[in-house]
Amino acid sequence: MKRYSAFAIAREAANYHQGWERAWAKRAPKKRYDAIIIGAGGHGLASAYYLGKNHGITNVAVLEKGWLGGGNTGRNTTIIRSNYLQDPSAAIYEKARSLYETLSQDLNYNVMFSPRGVIMLAQTHHEVRGYQRTAHANALQGVKTEWIGPERVKQLCPIMNIEGPRYPVLGGLWQARGGTARHDAVAWGYARACSDMGMDIIQQCEVTGVTSEGGKVTGVQTSLGDIGCNSLGIVVAGHSSHVAEMAGFRLPIESVALQALVSEPIKPCMDVVVMANTVHGYMSQSDKGEMVIGGGTDGYNNYTQRGSFHHIEETVRALIETFPMISRLKMLRQWGGIVDVTGDRSPILSKTPLEGCYINCGWGTGGFKAIPGSGFGFAELMAKGYSPLTAEFGMERFREGRFIDESVAAGVAH
Amino acid sequence: MSFRLPSGGRLIDRTSELKFTFNGRIMRGFAGDTLASALLARDQMLMGRSFKYHRPRGVVASGAEEPNALMNIGEGGRFEPNQRATTAELFDGMAARSQNHWPSLEFDVGAINAKFARFLPAGFYYKTFLYPRHFWKYVFEPIIRQSAGLGAAPKEADADTYEHFYAFCDVLVVGGGIAGLMAARDAAADGKRVIVLEQNGHWGGRAPVDGAVVEGKPADEWVSVTLQALEANDNVTLRDRCMGAGVYDHGYVLGYERITDHAPANDVPRHRLWRIRAGHVVTATGALERPLSFAGNDLPGVMLASAVRDYVVNHAVAPGKRTVVVTNNDDAYRTAEVMVNAGLSVPAIIDARPSVDEALISKFSDLGVEVKVASAIAKVKGKDRVTGVAICAQDSNGSVSTTIECDAVAMSGGWSPVVHLWSHCGGKLTWDEDQAMFRPDPNRPPTNQTGEGFVSVVGWANGEIDQGDIAPVWIMPQGASIETRNKMWLDFQNDVKVSDVQLAAQEGFESVEHAKRYTTLGMATDQGKLSNINGLAVLADALDTGIPQVGTTTFRPPYTPISMGAIAGEARGEIFQPLRRTPMHAWHEKNGAHWEPVGHWRRPYCFQQPGESVEDAVNREITNTRTSLGLLDASTLGKIVVKGPDAGKFLDMLYTNMMSNLKPGKCRYGLMCSENGFLMDDGVVARIDEDTWLCHTTTGGADRIHAWMEDWLQCEWWDWKVWTLNLTEQFAQVAVVGPNARTMLETLGGMDLSAQALPFMGWADGKIGDFNVRVYRISFSGELSYEISVPASEGLAFWEALMEAGEPFGITPYGTEALHVMRAEKGFIMIGDETDGTVIPQDLGLNWALSKKKEDFLGNRAHSRSHMADPTRWKLVGLETVDGSVLPDGAYAVADGHNENGQRNMIGRVTSTYYSPTLDRGIAMGLVLHGPDRMGEVLAFPRVDGTVAYARIVSPVFYDPEGEKQNV
Ligand SMILES: Cc1cc2nc3c(=O)[nH]c(=O)nc-3n(C[C@H](O)[C@H](O)[C@H](O)COP(=O)(O)OP(=O)(O)OC[C@H]3O[C@@H](n4cnc5c(N)ncnc54)[C@H](O)[C@@H]3O)c2cc1C
Repeated sequence: MKRYSAFAIAREAANYHQGWERAWAKRAPKKRYDAIIIGAGGHGLASAYYLGKNHGITNVAVLEKGWLGGGNTGRNTTIIRSNYLQDPSAAIYEKARSLYETLSQDLNYNVMFSPRGVIMLAQTHHEVRGYQRTAHANALQGVKTEWIGPERVKQLCPIMNIEGPRYPVLGGLWQARGGTARHDAVAWGYARACSDMGMDIIQQCEVTGVTSEGGKVTGVQTSLGDIGCNSLGIVVAGHSSHVAEMAGFRLPIESVALQALVSEPIKPCMDVVVMANTVHGYMSQSDKGEMVIGGGTDGYNNYTQRGSFHHIEETVRALIETFPMISRLKMLRQWGGIVDVTGDRSPILSKTPLEGCYINCGWGTGGFKAIPGSGFGFAELMAKGYSPLTAEFGMERFREGRFIDESVAAGVAH
Repeated sequence: MSFRLPSGGRLIDRTSELKFTFNGRIMRGFAGDTLASALLARDQMLMGRSFKYHRPRGVVASGAEEPNALMNIGEGGRFEPNQRATTAELFDGMAARSQNHWPSLEFDVGAINAKFARFLPAGFYYKTFLYPRHFWKYVFEPIIRQSAGLGAAPKEADADTYEHFYAFCDVLVVGGGIAGLMAARDAAADGKRVIVLEQNGHWGGRAPVDGAVVEGKPADEWVSVTLQALEANDNVTLRDRCMGAGVYDHGYVLGYERITDHAPANDVPRHRLWRIRAGHVVTATGALERPLSFAGNDLPGVMLASAVRDYVVNHAVAPGKRTVVVTNNDDAYRTAEVMVNAGLSVPAIIDARPSVDEALISKFSDLGVEVKVASAIAKVKGKDRVTGVAICAQDSNGSVSTTIECDAVAMSGGWSPVVHLWSHCGGKLTWDEDQAMFRPDPNRPPTNQTGEGFVSVVGWANGEIDQGDIAPVWIMPQGASIETRNKMWLDFQNDVKVSDVQLAAQEGFESVEHAKRYTTLGMATDQGKLSNINGLAVLADALDTGIPQVGTTTFRPPYTPISMGAIAGEARGEIFQPLRRTPMHAWHEKNGAHWEPVGHWRRPYCFQQPGESVEDAVNREITNTRTSLGLLDASTLGKIVVKGPDAGKFLDMLYTNMMSNLKPGKCRYGLMCSENGFLMDDGVVARIDEDTWLCHTTTGGADRIHAWMEDWLQCEWWDWKVWTLNLTEQFAQVAVVGPNARTMLETLGGMDLSAQALPFMGWADGKIGDFNVRVYRISFSGELSYEISVPASEGLAFWEALMEAGEPFGITPYGTEALHVMRAEKGFIMIGDETDGTVIPQDLGLNWALSKKKEDFLGNRAHSRSHMADPTRWKLVGLETVDGSVLPDGAYAVADGHNENGQRNMIGRVTSTYYSPTLDRGIAMGLVLHGPDRMGEVLAFPRVDGTVAYARIVSPVFYDPEGEKQNV
């Protein structure tokens, strides 16, 4: 693989860049692999990458029914933070965030991790208390966060209106090393590194069935024929229930649309990411200059990657309240992704009833930030049968009632 | 040079001159001009700078597809960036500025990027800026951000208003050209309710420009006759300056009407968002012309052939004196004809097709225009403006045969139907090989709720385009070298060139979505309207496959960008969300209320007296209530009536407690759990009569719990005879609290409020003074307490009467914080404090409220899950700091050591913490591992600053453990 660098670019420029190789190889599937990952989203690719990098398992195929990174990984608003409340969440998200710090160098691919800082606004007393609780928990979990007052919020984000009238800003939870990254680059960077280790990334290859013998997985049926494997990782986000059914088990997952939108690009005016949960919207500015905006999920199950307009309306309304100047910007594009939401809003990284078959799903509305940590832990789970990062995220927790509920901070008012 | 022609211009009114400024320079135009035509008329061809290389750019188009001529328009609260000069209608006083340059449009330092273009191919940023690590965040990214972005950020809040309209129709026609007006006329003739949307300020679309004859009449005349007929029909609504922005499921369509953009005004909304439910949608959105890719095709002066024609015919503006036409189809010949007729020179038509109809050639040679067949532009000459073109053979590698001097180039790569609205909701396309375009596939329309197609397409939008013979030529010349392909623009705004798309293919970005994202093709503000198809064709060629195999990227709403203000509509500022006020709100406001938002309500947190701090006010309120008398506005508490023969059975399922055996006249505190067993709400239930109960909920819970009840009644127990009604706003409720509560109420006269007549946990209807009241003997403070409800309309009068009667007792109103502290002193839990969606009643020592007599209730089964019965669940205790201070809110108790993930081991947490004026010390409640078995033990609670607070585990009931005060 040709390494990327400024020097390499200068060298290739002489020949108008006609010397660059494919970022990832195009190969036909082999008959059999040690491990197969279904789904070439961020989580699937990262899982494959760490199987190779940390556990020396490189006879691996990643099967993708469309184009790699084309699911939620290529549709999200790229917020990265790790100031979660519950121990297991804080552990895996912080692992991910810390891996993001050096991911560009690890992958030799600029994923543009930009730790510009994330503020989660508190606009009710209830939220103030919730975030103060999170700040206490984070201090014990090794996650650097800070409770800041309204003046500091304003200083970090001058375009914000902190005075209401309806929900004045009372402060915020600030994670200075949270931020954003370039979503496509994360998928492409992992894919390139996997391919470089000899793994096969096979696009336009839909898995249509899972084969097993004596309760143990033996392979998959695909649109490109049958492929055998010793172990199988299902990492298909919105299609998890569907593929799990092929493997013979059911999941506590609902697939719903989550939408986002961008404005036309403007000159830099916002250096941080802001999430406003009371009014329900969040915003950051991309390196291109677009204001990147998101809100809540649709109320009904759906697979169309479209959502209903009233959600866009509520989100935009909330953000105009928070950032009055955006009223005079225009919405350039809106889109949706199908997110896989579990009962406790936390992911599932788990063994399954089928031996040798593992599942990584349920990242719902917030899994982009988790990609490196999830891949790290899931690879360990697949390679060794246990990972401290994933231990609490087994699917048996729903039967046991051992939920990892992250909606807690935004619980109920009195 | 570009200039205004002495006569003509079907849209301009030469008698009405308008003054405007461009980059501070005063200019003049005519009514009917767009900003672009007015600038062209003043020879201002340079209108902007491109995104990546800051190349000098002129206008290329005349409509929504314009990628270059974007302007900052307006000032202060009326400033808006990124407005297309081609669709911005000129008005008197318009202040426009070009974008993305420093220090000026003419001398832009950023243009240095163009010098390094060779080092900045598609996706260069993925391959570089990798080292040193921190440079990305602190050096590279800020530079990239600063040079990216287009218009300036608005600084002020919006000075305009916006509104939403709702409309319903049988047939919605989008597009007011000939095809659209015909469709509207036909639908109206069938008696349908019709709405027609036209994005421009004038009707008729392209036909009048192209001199079409419709049903025997000149297009302009046909349009005005047809419009008159439609206007006269009551079933037809016509809206101009109103764009069909998006088509959504179930026939839902957004219309975006620009009301004052062309004539600023104060008293009307600026934009109006139409939210239309249409039985059927007809899109008649026309077609857009494509550019051609040749070296230097982005120089100012190179324009779409149709745009050149538009400016001449509509605005009497000539983009140049000598215009070379370059084309792969017949349609562009119209431009040459228009130019010649306007007395302008067209030295040549460069036609890439291997052969051209002889009749056409001779017609144009008669007009003095030479047609060069099988030819191509090898290169456009000029630095900031076209000065000539070098010609070569199309099937060559570019060796120049001749050079032609000219100051404008009109290019046409053929036409693409505007299929956006067809595609938004899933309509599919098919590639038309003959016409070289994607057109709607009538067999695969977007489908509605019954599975039928609900969008159809007419006219040019449907591919019925009159462009004559076309050859699928995408780059010029066919064999251009890499050096030349590196100068052929595809996406003008984002600076994506032919070589970039080819690089993407070479590097394996084969899917059209990958190529788009890798190169940013089609991601600019025109969203690929101008040249996406050209890009797809180049990609297909590079991959050695067909254009239909490559396919298109997804068409997403809106068709062109729509303002955020319009999306938000009226709901902003004070009316952003409904504000709920209790009947006593105004009194509170007058009497020093320090407000706290609770859901949509405002509740007084405390009532400050002049000079008093919030803390002092809270302490005073508590002490006063505990020692004498306090008054709480409890109107926001949820009040839901549940009635019917099965109401008791229903409430037994809903609450963990038994409610069916409650006697009329009695109250009971009840808990509600979710299906997962978690405590979700609590409150006092009163049985009113044989089949009526009144359920009190928390303030925040009222709507949710009502919906929860209805969910069960409508979806699961639909055959149970139960009705619910949320009466929260129908009644005002006042808690009269304190040792003097009864004595004070008795001074008002009326019903018997003695302990015998109305014992603790009883309720009664009656009169207090002149007020009809319902009185509940319940207490959330631990004091003697009456919660009294009156009709909302009498709430304020009743409150004032109580304040007056309480005067001799030193009565004080108190707010939510005093309420919280008093309940904590009593060890009462608070939903949202002690609970957070993960806590079950057993954690809080509320096992007594879980009825053992009932067969089932919501949450019961969940409580038998293994983790719910786990003895290591954290349990409720009281906490007292060793030094009497107040424990930090949200703090966690730690044990020694770390878990597997390196996190400190935690064994408990603070759920509520207050200063108690009654006990003059900090008190707290918390959930602690084995808590109730560890009374007296001291726990460590680290603060965020690293210091540690120590607290002892005690009983959660700090005040009057025997309940002697409330039950008197
Ligand atoms: C609008 C939006 C905004 C978001 N914002 C954020 C944010 O700001 N921060 C954040 O952290 N997260 C965010 N998320 C969530 C985040 O995008 C996801 O959690 C994450 O990308 C999931 O990655 P994944 O790899 O699990 O799934 P995906 O990227 O969806 O990948 C799954 C892949 O599996 C493939 N697949 C499915 N079925 C099959 C089959 N049968 N055979 C083969 N392949 C198959 C799919 O084609 C797909 O490529 C957002 C999501 C959306 C939709």
